[in-house]
Amino acid sequence: MINLEISAAHEEVLKNTRLLAEHMMRPYSRKYDREEHTYPKEMEEVAKLLGSRRGAPQGSAKPADGKVVNGANMGAVIGLEGLCWGDVGLFLAIPGSGLGNAAINAVGTPEQRDKYGNSYAAMCITEPGTGSDSANISTTAVADGDEWVLNGEKIYVTDGERCDTLVVWATLDKSLGKAAIKSFIVEKGTPGCEVVRLEHKMGIRASDTAAITFTDCRIPRENILGSAEVAATAEARKKAFGGVMQTFDNTRPPVASMAIGTARAALDLTQEILAKEGVELKFEKSPANLSALEADLYRMEAEWNAARLLVHKAAWMADNRMPNSKEASMCKAKAGRMGNQVTLRCVEMCQSLGYSENALLEKFARDSKILDIFEGTQQIQQLIVARQVLGKSSSELK
Amino acid sequence: MTDAVDDRLFDLTLTDDQRMNRDTVQRFAKNDIRPVAKNADESAATPEGFYQRTMELGLALMPVPEALGGAGVGRACISNALNAEDLAHGDLSLALGSITPLAFVNTLLDQGTDAQREKYLPRFCGEHFVAATTALMEPRATFEPTEPRMTAKRTDNGFVLDGVKSLVPLGVSAELLLVVAQLATEGPAAFIVEGTPQGLSRELESNMGLRAVETATLTFEQVALPADSLLGDGLFDLQRFIDLSRIGVCALAVGTCQAVLDYVVDYCNDRVAFGEPITHRQSVAFMIADMAIELEAMRLMTWKAASRAEQGMDFHQQAYLAKAFCSEHAMKIGTDGVQLLGGHGFCREHPVEQWYRNLRAIGILEGVASV
Repeated sequence: MINLEISAAHEEVLKNTRLLAEHMMRPYSRKYDREEHTYPKEMEEVAKLLGSRRGAPQGSAKPADGKVVNGANMGAVIGLEGLCWGDVGLFLAIPGSGLGNAAINAVGTPEQRDKYGNSYAAMCITEPGTGSDSANISTTAVADGDEWVLNGEKIYVTDGERCDTLVVWATLDKSLGKAAIKSFIVEKGTPGCEVVRLEHKMGIRASDTAAITFTDCRIPRENILGSAEVAATAEARKKAFGGVMQTFDNTRPPVASMAIGTARAALDLTQEILAKEGVELKFEKSPANLSALEADLYRMEAEWNAARLLVHKAAWMADNRMPNSKEASMCKAKAGRMGNQVTLRCVEMCQSLGYSENALLEKFARDSKILDIFEGTQQIQQLIVARQVLGKSSSELK
Repeated sequence: MTDAVDDRLFDLTLTDDQRMNRDTVQRFAKNDIRPVAKNADESAATPEGFYQRTMELGLALMPVPEALGGAGVGRACISNALNAEDLAHGDLSLALGSITPLAFVNTLLDQGTDAQREKYLPRFCGEHFVAATTALMEPRATFEPTEPRMTAKRTDNGFVLDGVKSLVPLGVSAELLLVVAQLATEGPAAFIVEGTPQGLSRELESNMGLRAVETATLTFEQVALPADSLLGDGLFDLQRFIDLSRIGVCALAVGTCQAVLDYVVDYCNDRVAFGEPITHRQSVAFMIADMAIELEAMRLMTWKAASRAEQGMDFHQQAYLAKAFCSEHAMKIGTDGVQLLGGHGFCREHPVEQWYRNLRAIGILEGVASV
């Protein structure tokens, strides 16, 4: 039955995460924006509170007999909306929230999950010469006796300094293309693995973004995630990498939801500021007869709702085991650009109050920019959507 | 969690009935609407027998109670929105015409008295198409749908109406009209008008689009109406009527934009320039991707408002936002549809220019297509 309201249980998740964000994140927003690279130790408390919640039946829902569920994916996007309404930079600095954990828990063996599943794991994919084109990485992994030897440089590693564990994408043989790309678990402190730099960024400054080098870095053979086999045929190789990329179908709606939370924060603050000047959303006048300022307020409200519905649809599809690659990219594209447009317009609308560091509006506008970049840029999402809508392969529509 | 007290879940699954009905309506749009749409637009006339053919869909009959001869399925905002969407995939004008009597029926069911339902609704359950319509818009800039200027005054034995209504679908031929006016100092009211009483004149309009639906300007000069023409027991919930209409208009936009998207996908995949299909270029492909993204968002915004209305929840804000969103993005999709075909899109050989002209109406239409 068609219903686009979130469940009562998820309303509760949203309420609780918003409360937590308001009291345990917002008070530190400006501090860690100013003190980039300082570890926001207060987020350990948030991690504990969230961790206790991880035991909840949220993740265990499985569709049976065609029964519709609102499960872990929907729960994740709703929870992220609430937390990122607080502060997306601080959210990214919550220990254990990293993508590395998601990768280990998704494809790790039981032993790997036992050993590393609850560690603080970061993901190393991007290299200085390879961003969106992640199939083109150059970091190498060579088997040597009981070990893999890693060599290369990774950048934009979220949580790279603060984490305990790294999940590193490396190629077994670059001449074999995508299928030879595997991921490896590297414990921090392994000789040859070094954090060489922390980036200075325009936003999400509470989150550390590291450059890490691997120089003859030796790890145990069992630390490969997934099979070490490289598919023999071109067709099979293509399929293998497709499997790797599919993990993004599950991670894009959550990142889109970070933009939903951030934009909501900016909208709430803007509406509060404008209400003091007598400008309020009353939903009375026809959209055609509004002032430019009012019209934009409604437009942003509409855009926000639209993006959020796309996120919920993609998460709902994932929960109900429907292929959602197109929808995941659609929601990321829409939420990413909506987040940018809304937060920037909010700064403009509130004029000097918006531009001032006394309020958080300017910070939301800086923070939101990354959400239209990482986990696939706006343009990568458009490319994925276009290929699916047009029925084109990646070699036809480049 | 699945055992939560409130078992409402986010869900986009159609019921079996909705799915079957969609098949039927989509088939009708494909076979009976699309092939005649171009000619209907050019001749600014509905094809002979078209509305009679829509009777097989039972649109207006569905919600009418069985006791009055209907199918008795009740008001179903989502099903109505799906019908509007699927019909509009064939053509926006003819879709609007097809569901215009349903809007009249819906409003009577929603706000009429038992006596009014018993008097008028059985007519819609016969074998012949009954042209009935709703009239809210008025011909002036800055028109506010909640503040119509048409006046109604009480008289000893009824009411007298004065004013002008515009963009009334089926306005020339409708034998039943639901007209919204300001009742003196009391507030907005709606009146059922049968036929063409003295003082009412109807003029066929010629507009940028919506040509096939025969919209009319209705001028009321001292039109006397009987006491029982006042819809309901008292004042009209005009905002509710507007909101239900906005959902219908949004659904029409969604169906039309889906037609645009489907058409440009096929065209641009076939169209070769510089040695390969133009969809191999990102500048073209990204426009189409954005169309698909915004269209899906339009659909979800519309469904959300419709599902809230159907569940008896407050839906005013959702309908308002859906209309604002669909007005803007529908026109963008219509514009890009023409752009993607280039000069061919500008020529009437292809339907995209017709969709462009029709989609301009989405931001303007109020008080029609009520679900």
